[in-house]
Amino acid sequence: MRLSGAEIIIKLLERQGIDTIAGIPGGANLPMYDALGKSESIRHILTRHEQGAGFIAQGMARVSGKPAVFFATSGPGATNTLTAIADAKLDSIPIICITGQVPLSMIGTDAFQEVDTYGLSVPITKHNFLVRSVEDLLWIIPAAFRIAASGRPGPVVIDVPKDVQAAFHEFETWPEPGEREPSEGLIPAEIRRAASMINSAKKPVLYLGGGVIQSDSADEALALAEKASIPSVVTLMGLGVIPTDNPLCLGMLGMHAARYTNMVLEECDLLVAVGVRFDDRATGKVPEFCPNAKVIHMDIDPSELDKIKRSTASVTGDVAEILTALIPLIDENARASWISRVQTLKKEHPMLIADADDPTSAYGVVLKAAELAGEQAIVCTDVGQHQMRTAQVYPFKHPRQWLTSGGLGTMGFGMPASIGAALAAPDRPVICFSGDGSIMMNIQDLATAMEYDIPIKIILTNNNALGLVRQQQDLFYGKRYFASDYSRSVDFIKIAEGFGIKAHDLGTSEDPAETLKIALSEPGPSLIHVPLSPDDPVYPMVPPGAANSEMIGGEKHV
Amino acid sequence: MCKHTVLELSVNNHPGVMSHICGLFARRAYNVEGIACMPVNGGKRSTIWLLVDADSRLDQMIKQVDKLEDVLGVERHDHGHEVISKMAEFVQ
Repeated sequence: MRLSGAEIIIKLLERQGIDTIAGIPGGANLPMYDALGKSESIRHILTRHEQGAGFIAQGMARVSGKPAVFFATSGPGATNTLTAIADAKLDSIPIICITGQVPLSMIGTDAFQEVDTYGLSVPITKHNFLVRSVEDLLWIIPAAFRIAASGRPGPVVIDVPKDVQAAFHEFETWPEPGEREPSEGLIPAEIRRAASMINSAKKPVLYLGGGVIQSDSADEALALAEKASIPSVVTLMGLGVIPTDNPLCLGMLGMHAARYTNMVLEECDLLVAVGVRFDDRATGKVPEFCPNAKVIHMDIDPSELDKIKRSTASVTGDVAEILTALIPLIDENARASWISRVQTLKKEHPMLIADADDPTSAYGVVLKAAELAGEQAIVCTDVGQHQMRTAQVYPFKHPRQWLTSGGLGTMGFGMPASIGAALAAPDRPVICFSGDGSIMMNIQDLATAMEYDIPIKIILTNNNALGLVRQQQDLFYGKRYFASDYSRSVDFIKIAEGFGIKAHDLGTSEDPAETLKIALSEPGPSLIHVPLSPDDPVYPMVPPGAANSEMIGGEKHV
Repeated sequence: MCKHTVLELSVNNHPGVMSHICGLFARRAYNVEGIACMPVNGGKRSTIWLLVDADSRLDQMIKQVDKLEDVLGVERHDHGHEVISKMAEFVQ
């Protein structure tokens, strides 16, 4: 067969099972778009900004666990993708960004819409390619899928010059699709050592992160916790690994954890860290994190071991394989005294949820929406107070139910990611909690949700401020609220309606719970506006750089 | 004075490899004191020798270098390597 580079790309993506690609065309990727237009199995979602396309791909990849693809043109198209790619790198999300580039002969001439996409993407990708000939596409595209999905997943960029897209190549057979490679074998001695440390620990805690979700091993993590009665904390990325109503679940640890969660960690004698990277938002001041504990660290990425905290024992490998090998070696153990101590701490230092019963309050709207949306709902957030509140109180039940920008903390993540989630899981409700600061950073893709009638439900808590910034100014900068309050407010109801999205205002509703119910059950996209006071803090809070034991707020009787 | 070590990397040979490796050190504020690179096997691969400080971050650097897709192997020469020592004669 004789095909152009652009046709080869689209055919290879079809062979990888890709059915949806978000992106924006431009001069340098028009051959790819021309070929995509002829595809019968791939749907294109035209976004209004390439960053939105990147987060749509992330939403698809986070829900499905499989690599998702998005397209951008050269120059500004490519630079607009960078935040979404960096975000995927920090949260280990497999996405593949295919960019157009000026023709090979013009690279390096400062041609129109030329930018060094390869150079720009080196530090924020797992790997990247500049395709130099049409025949290379036959190995580069499958390689990109293999790399994105194997080991610790991550983003891959493929930059394709326009003349490579247009060039023809004659070949006989298609390459096999790129797949996740089997991980390297475990070292049995590492497993045995970990098992014996767990068996002899008096006060162990499981510390579960996004790696458990990436390896689809939430069931195994729960089995380990239950077999040996090990209380379990999760990271922001690990929410959903242990159902929040399980008695062993202690919720999220770290900066915005419940007081008892961080206090249990203060007392533990063994920290079993699984698929986590000891992020500073989780650990607080590292030397004071779990001060009495030995540490077992299990991770697929050897460079995470001993990176931040030296472990007593480490296990390198796929977390699913590690847990499967480990569980038979673990003694059943009721651990009555430790469990009872944890329960005492939980009782004495509970998570206090202000106005939990009021659906127009900051926490109440999260709880009411959760109740109305049901257990199958996918929950996306933007970044800010609404994100931390959702992480604190949403009753998560399943892995891949929770999509948030953890490592990079990207405002603007939530709304396009929720579009991606809805595309990947059209039968499930998708809720996006956003804030007035965050939604502005990708508000243009409300048009995308409208155009394709994607039924995302955006719950916009509006305090007319950059809430977390303002909270830090309140606590650590003498209440000097500089550049964190918006001096005039925006009418989000009109904005949503202007984008062709249904809008509801809980602030003026006579029956807010009913309004929320209507909004969540109606077809198509909706925006639910919830006005809040900028003075509502997210508590507890560990000051940045402080030990987790130095929590502010959230004390009982205060 | 810091003790030096030499890392010998076996890598794929294409125009982006050096920027992956040097960028990795640069963005961790880890200086590469000396560098040599020669193609091997008719040019499909190269060997790169890096002269670096053997400080406490080196183990982490080696793990990070080893993760790069284009890096096929990393060897550490704590007693130096003659490629670097011979090259040093040219710049005395």
